[in-house]
Order: sequence, then structure tokens, then C-alpha cells
Amino acid sequence: MTDIRYLAPRSLEEAVSAFAAAQGAARILAGGTDLLVQMRNGVVKPGLIVDIKKIAEMTEIAETPEGGFRIGAAISGATLAEHPRFGKAWPGVLEAINLIGSKQVQGRASPGGNLCNGSPAGDSVPAMIAAGAVVTVQGPNGRRQMPVEAVPAGPGRTHLAPGEIVVSFTLPPRPAGSGDAYLRMIPRTEMDIAVVGCGVSLTLQGGTVTAARVGLGAVAPTVLLVEDAARALIGSRLEEEALEAAAAACRAACRPINDKRGTIAYRIKVAGVLLKRTAAIAAQRAGGN
Amino acid sequence: MNVISDKLQVEGNRWIGTRTVRPDGADKVTGRAAYAADNTMPGMIWGKVLRSPHAHAVIRSVDTSKAEALPGVKAVVTARDIVDFPVDKSVMLGIQDMRWMCRNVMAREKALFHGHPIAAVAAINEEVAAEACRLIEVDYEVLPHVIEIEDAIRPDAPILHDFLKHEGKPSNIAGTMTAKLGDVEAGFAEADVIVERTFRTRPVHQGYIEPQACTVSYAADGRATIWSSSQGQFMVRAMTSLLTGVPQSNIKAIPAEIGGGFGAKTIIYLEPLALLLSKKSGRPVKMVMTREEVMRATGPTSGSFSTVRIGAKKDGTIVAAQGTFYIQAGCLPGGPLRGPVGCAFAPYEIPNVLSVGFDVVSNRSKVAAYRAPGAPLGAYAAECVLDEVAEKLGMDPLELRLKNSAKPGSKAAYGATFGKVTFEETVEAIRTHEHYKAPLERNPRPGVRRGRGVASGFWYNAGGESSAQVNITEDGNVLVTTGHPDVGGSRASIANVTAELLGIEHGRVSVQIGDTSSIGFSNLTGGSRVTFASAMVVTQSTEKVITQLRERAAKIWKIDPEAVTWENGEARPAGPNAGQFPPLTLKELAAKANEMGGPIGAGVQLNTQGADPGFATHVVDVEVDVDLGIVRVLRYTAAQDVGRALHPSYVEGQIQGGVVQGIGWALSEEYLYDRQGRLDNAGFLDYRMPVCSDVPMIEPVMLEIPNPKHPQGVRGVGEAPIVPPLAAIANAVYDALGKRFYSLPMSPPKVLEALEE
Repeated sequence: MTDIRYLAPRSLEEAVSAFAAAQGAARILAGGTDLLVQMRNGVVKPGLIVDIKKIAEMTEIAETPEGGFRIGAAISGATLAEHPRFGKAWPGVLEAINLIGSKQVQGRASPGGNLCNGSPAGDSVPAMIAAGAVVTVQGPNGRRQMPVEAVPAGPGRTHLAPGEIVVSFTLPPRPAGSGDAYLRMIPRTEMDIAVVGCGVSLTLQGGTVTAARVGLGAVAPTVLLVEDAARALIGSRLEEEALEAAAAACRAACRPINDKRGTIAYRIKVAGVLLKRTAAIAAQRAGGN
Repeated sequence: MNVISDKLQVEGNRWIGTRTVRPDGADKVTGRAAYAADNTMPGMIWGKVLRSPHAHAVIRSVDTSKAEALPGVKAVVTARDIVDFPVDKSVMLGIQDMRWMCRNVMAREKALFHGHPIAAVAAINEEVAAEACRLIEVDYEVLPHVIEIEDAIRPDAPILHDFLKHEGKPSNIAGTMTAKLGDVEAGFAEADVIVERTFRTRPVHQGYIEPQACTVSYAADGRATIWSSSQGQFMVRAMTSLLTGVPQSNIKAIPAEIGGGFGAKTIIYLEPLALLLSKKSGRPVKMVMTREEVMRATGPTSGSFSTVRIGAKKDGTIVAAQGTFYIQAGCLPGGPLRGPVGCAFAPYEIPNVLSVGFDVVSNRSKVAAYRAPGAPLGAYAAECVLDEVAEKLGMDPLELRLKNSAKPGSKAAYGATFGKVTFEETVEAIRTHEHYKAPLERNPRPGVRRGRGVASGFWYNAGGESSAQVNITEDGNVLVTTGHPDVGGSRASIANVTAELLGIEHGRVSVQIGDTSSIGFSNLTGGSRVTFASAMVVTQSTEKVITQLRERAAKIWKIDPEAVTWENGEARPAGPNAGQFPPLTLKELAAKANEMGGPIGAGVQLNTQGADPGFATHVVDVEVDVDLGIVRVLRYTAAQDVGRALHPSYVEGQIQGGVVQGIGWALSEEYLYDRQGRLDNAGFLDYRMPVCSDVPMIEPVMLEIPNPKHPQGVRGVGEAPIVPPLAAIANAVYDALGKRFYSLPMSPPKVLEALEE
């Protein structure tokens, strides 16, 4: 029998110092939709739980002076969906976060938790990577920023230093003619985990792609930023050859495993299919088609 | 849609056939309904099961001393505490053999699957019980294991049970079953077209929402009370008695509301363990399985490996059919051979049939019943082969079925000679349905193809033992007690029948499910039997009550009881010659009950007969995303002879539920094992049952062709609807893609791989 301490600090400093002091025996609680499941399955047995939802900065949605968004890492997908402008600027990111779990889960689950859980199949991560989101991290040595794609280290692991907490995601301003989208392949229609997930963010001017980013999930130990796919799209007018080249780049980036959710061959094939479908939606949203 | 063929039993009905509010509805939607895990008692402690981490291992020793020494632990039981039924002598309870049940609830000589119970602990809370399980030291000798049928029947396969012999040698084939008619080889010699195919299906779980749970209190006087969720409180009593040695008369089994069973709760897992833990500890013991335990250790239904061969003449006459069905039993004998062997060809009049089933054990949890046990496996193979036969003959697949349909007097290979057969009506209902005639847009978008498929199915249905008691309360209302857990709305149907017969407001009838000490023996809720059987005993009980009411009125009026009729809830003089008396209502007669002879009530206990078989024919449209390999069901119509729909909503619910389970079976559900023989998807995330958004509204076509052997014309409906979907969907996928799949589930990777071939 082990006792579990529960803390719900009001300030980040307090949270970081308790989290760091526990030296790995602590877990951060945001929505808890991964943590509680893992505790119940006996995968983790924390001595301390630090609930970060009472820290204002971690549940805020702020519009940055540059015209972007900064969203607290512990905000729930459902709350984010209620924001009047976020979903208009980043429909792909929003739909990715709100593909996670059921309605009930979406009322709790957060993008910060989804990222820090370290699953290669986390739905919000490829969309955040495609969006070019940057996370603000606070630890015993202060604050730093890192791109989302730099956070995952492998299944269940991150590059966060001991005691560090992801505080917020900053999404850049959206130039005119931009759009993003996220699609995942699941055998069911909902309540499932991505076999492959693909996020695409595009900016088009006069029908030509001027900026592109592609995130790919569940096809490697970490969610991938596929720069070759983006390069294949940039400068194109999303002709079939360009889309096929980007799809091929996605397939080439895959380093998947055979598991209960999908085979290697299946995941590689699907990565290319999803790239094309996601890019089409992003382009439509960008108003370029 | 509701097609009523016989007006006689419908006209004038006020309650039968109407959609009354179900008696258990308010409790269920407000969260008040008490399921098995909702029970608590003063002094109650918690039981937990230690389960085998190995798929196959000799248990050299089990040392529970450290667990027993842990503070808070009140009792530990092992196989030594369970009654041992030696393997050489069969002791049957219904279709369950106690030799296997005693080894299923607790591993005896060997651990036979990943999750097999090794010991059970009761402690002051769940955490201490779990900790105590970790302190039990088990010395295993790990053995090679075998999971799949084709591996288990190989000559060099690891043998699970030395005492099982097939053709004189130790084998994993635990038994066989044959159904034979005519001379199948002579039949094939006459055939112009012969199609033979081999099929594979995976085990699928019943997927009920409520995990197995119970509370058992064993008192100092040797009497035990069991609260649990099951498909039969009398089965719980009998099986617990056999496995613990406590006589049935000392056990009271109280049925909780049941959160789904689908056949799986026709056997028990926890009750004997909890009883023994309660006996040892002197405390009530509660046990609740986790979802993972449910998936790992309770019965799914069998996977199968089948070959079916059908021969027909050019004009479509089927002259011979042969089926070989290898059926998974799980780790102990008892796979549902009767399903595929008896049902696969039963809808058809075929002169020459040879159907053989093999019961194959392997290192999986023992299978349990699942809705028409085994029948979908046989129908999948037979109905897919029929589709190919129809294609080769250039015949419409429904025409082929009509041409060969069983008729009154047809002999089925399983032995029955059919009386009234209503198979043709189901085929005709689909053939003439707007769905079957509607044009199908085959390529609605790039990368998308659509197809349509049909299939039929058969299920035996059952009668058997049922008891009922109908009592008139002192204030003139009605209490009906039956002995059947209500899995599909049976209380609602019984309320309709009773109110109809008595001619009173529906709301004046309460229907409850009695425990084993308050109602006579009633067999399991299973076999599509409960509405059939309980409506029969409730009808007879109510008729007896009406006779008593007429006698009371006659006594009050001082006339002959024959001169009193019962109409619209009142006793009335039968005619002008009987005399002039104002009617006496049920309330008035109840008020005078004691002075006129005592309480009013009657019970009937019967072994019910006359449950004729069920037939179903389905049509389905599917859409395939050819780039992702995803198959979606677009439209589904299911026609079935339902006899009489006492409460149409719950008949429709049965049909829709069966179809949805069939869709999951066909497209997404399967047990996945790792190389060590451990179940890799023990939860609803990766064991993929369809969710609401995966299925369209299933349209049931209820053919109300009354069963002449039943007072209301009832025919069992719960099982037949899961029989056709596997083949119907496979045939539709073929229609969409021009490619036949011979193994289930037709999951996206499998479909995509096939498309790339």
C-alpha cells in the first residue's frame, strides 16, 4: 500500500518546486485522462500528484500581440472549442484535440497532457507540429521555449528536463490564405487511437503554396515533422505530382512497427493517403482552391 | 416495419403489441437500477483473484502463507477448496460439465490460459486483496502453448489434456458431432456446379457493459445468500452448490439487474470463490471483475476453421451440402458444435447433407455461450458459398434460397422434421423490400465502392422450464413474479400480456423477477426462450386467477361460476339468465377476498414445449474506402419471423442488437495474442466493438406469423438476428470489390492487402 500526496498549487513556481523536489516520483495532473488510466493499470505509481489546473496561466487562451495564440497546456479541448476565434484560425489543431476520446474525455483532456504523455499516436501533436507551435516550458532553471517536435523522445518519453512542466503552446500568426487540417485513420469512426495521424498547415498565394508544414503520427517512435513532404508542396499548386511527391516523402519518413493497431505495410501506405486528403482539406480552408 | 399476417390475434388487443413504458425503465435511466456491483453489506470485505501470467504451465505448488500473514487479509482459497470432479466421469448441469467448470473457476493441475484463476483472496479492501495476491508464491513449470485451431490440430501440437483422445491418440480434439442426411457423395455426383471454400473466423467477446460481479454472505448457520448478475439465478444456485458442496436448499441466489449477458452469463466465475471466501472469513465478500479480467478470463465465443462444399443442378436445385467445422472450445472442452453443425444448412431442403464439427481445445479462456452459439460460424461459411453458387448459376441469390427453402415436412440434417416453416416469408420480405430493389450507386466518389449482399440464418429456439406466480394485491392490483433475469425487455412483454388478459390498465401490473427462494425453478434466460416460456406460464397463471375471480363473484351473487364471465377487468353475469347484478371490479373482489375464501393468486410451473425455430434473411449495403481498406455499413434491413411482437420496441431491439454484434464480428472484433500466448487487447479500446457512429439505423422487418403452439403466438427472436450478418456483409464486400474474403474480421489492413494483390 502506497500513499499518494495530492497538491493543487496556485502558482507555477510552487508547482515546479514541488514537482522537482519529488525527483521523478511525481506526476503532473492536467485532465488526467492518461495518468489515471496508467495508475489504474499499475503502469505508474506516483508518490505525488501535482494538479496544475488551478494555475491561471495554464488554462488561459491569449491572443499574442503579433496576432497568434498562446494556449495554456492544461486547457481542455472542449474549452478551446468555445473560444470565438481560435477555431477559425486553427481549425485543424482544434479538430485534432477534439478527436481525443469521448465527449466526456474532451471535457478534461488537454494538449499539454497529450504531448507529455509521449505517445506517438497522440492526435493533437501532429497538428501542433504542422502549425509550427512552440511550447513554453518552466523548470527549476527557469523558462525556455522549444518547438513541439523537439519534445517527444520516444514512446512514453520526452526531452523535458527533470522538474520541467509544459506551460503553454504558442501558435504563430496566420497570414491570409492559410489553412490547416488533421486526419487520422482509425478502424472505428470515433473512440479510437490513431493508426496513422497526419496534420498539414498550408499558406497559399494565388493558388501557389508559399508555406507548408506536415506532422505525421503513429508511424515512428515519435510524432514526426516531415520536412521533405513540406518541401514537395512549397512552390507547387498542389498538382497531383506535388501531392504524390509529398505522399512519397511521408511514406519514406515512416519507421512504424507491427502492432495490434496496424501493420508496417498498412501504416506506410496510409501515411501517403492521409497526406493527400489532409492537404486537400487544408488547401480548401486556405481558400486557395 | 411491421407485417402482420394473422389479424385474429391482434384485433381488439389493448396492450399486446403496444409500446408501453418498460417496468425497469425509470430506474435504469435515473441510475437507480441496482446491478451486481451496487450491493454492499455491513462488514463486507473484498475478494480478488490471482491469475496465471502464463498461457500454459504446470502448477507445481501454490504457497499462500505470506498472503495469509498480510494484515487485513481474511481468507485465501485455492483449487483445494473447490469440489473436485475427476476428469473420467461427466457430471452435467444443463449443457455444462462440472469436470470442466471446476477447472475453469480455479486452475487445478495446470494453468491453461493467460488469466486462469490460481487462487483467490479476501481482505478488508481491494488494495490489500491485490497486494495479497502479489504475495502468493506459485511455482510454475511453463509449457509450450498453442492458441490457433490450425496449430492445435497439428500432430506435433502441445497437448493440453492427456486424457483427451481422438482416434485413439492424445489430441486437442475433444469431441465431434455429426449431422447426416442421405448420401452426400452421391449428391455431389449429380451436381452441375460445386463450390468448396475454406473460412476462418476469430473469437469474439459478448461485450456486455457490466463486468461479472457478486456479493456472497455465508452465515454461521451454513446458509448462503448470493447477489449477482447472471442469466439465471437457479443456474447460479445449482453451479455454486456443485462447486462448493453447499446444498441448494441452503443457498439463496438473488438476481441483480443485468447489464448485458448475450449468453456469457449462463455460467459463473466468481460466486463459488466468494462463497468459500465468505465461509472461511465469516464476512460477506464482494468480488467485481475489471474489464481486463472480463476480456482475459471470461468466455468469448469460438473462432472457427471451416470448409463448406455445396453442389447444385443447373436449375438451382441444391443436391448436396457438406460442412467441416473446427470450433474453438477454449482451454476446456465444450465448444458450441451444435450451432454450425445443425444450423448451417437448416433453412434449406437438401437431400444429402454431411455436417461434422470438431471441438478443439487450446490455451485460451474457455468459451461461453454467445447469442445463437456457433450458428453464425456455420452460416458465414454456408451463406458465402451459396452466394458463389448463385453467381455461377447466374441466379439471384434470393431466388436460389427460395427455390431450396425448407417447407413444412422438410427434414433437417440435425434431426427435426419441420412443422410450420416460415423461412420463405423472410426471403420474400427482403426480395420485395424497397431496400433490395433500390438502385445502388456503385462508385459515388473516387476511391469509394459500394456493394450489396444478402444472407439467411436459422436458430433452434427453446422452451424449457419456467415458473410464474400471479397475485392480486389487497388493493386490487396485480403482482407478477417470474424466475427469469430480464435481458431484453421481458418484464415489459409480461406486463402487456397480463394487463391484456385481465382487461385492466397496464400501470396496475407490476412485474418482478423472483429470487431462488421466492419462485419455482426457472431455467436460464437463453436460447431465445424467456418471452416464449414465461408468457406461457404467466398466461396460464392469469387464467387461473380469472377463474378464481369468477368463482368469487359467483359466490357473492350466489350463482354458478359458469354463469360469470370476466370482461374488461370486471366480473359480469354471463347473460340474462344468470341474473341481474352490477359488475364486480378487480378492486371490489380484492376487497372482499378474505371473507370470500382467502387471498387471490395462482402459479404455474411448466416444462414449456412448442418453441418453433427462428428464420431470418438480411440485406446490407456497404461502402469500401479502397485507399484505406475501411468497410462501412451504409444500410441494413433484417427480416425475421417474430411470431407475435408482444412489445414491438424490444423485438426491434433484439433484431438491431443482434445485427450490430454481427457487424462487429464481420468487420472489426478479434482477440489478439502475443507470442507468449498473452491476450494483447484486453479492453474496449483495442478490442474494437462498433460504436454508435459505426452503424446505420438497422431496419427490422418483423413478420408476425403467430406460432400456433403458443397462446399469444410468440416465437423466440433474440438469437436468429446474429446469424446472417457475417455472410451478408462478406457478400456485400465481394459485390463492391469483386474480391471474396474468406476470413474475418475484414479489418482495414486485411482489406487493403487484398486490394493490392
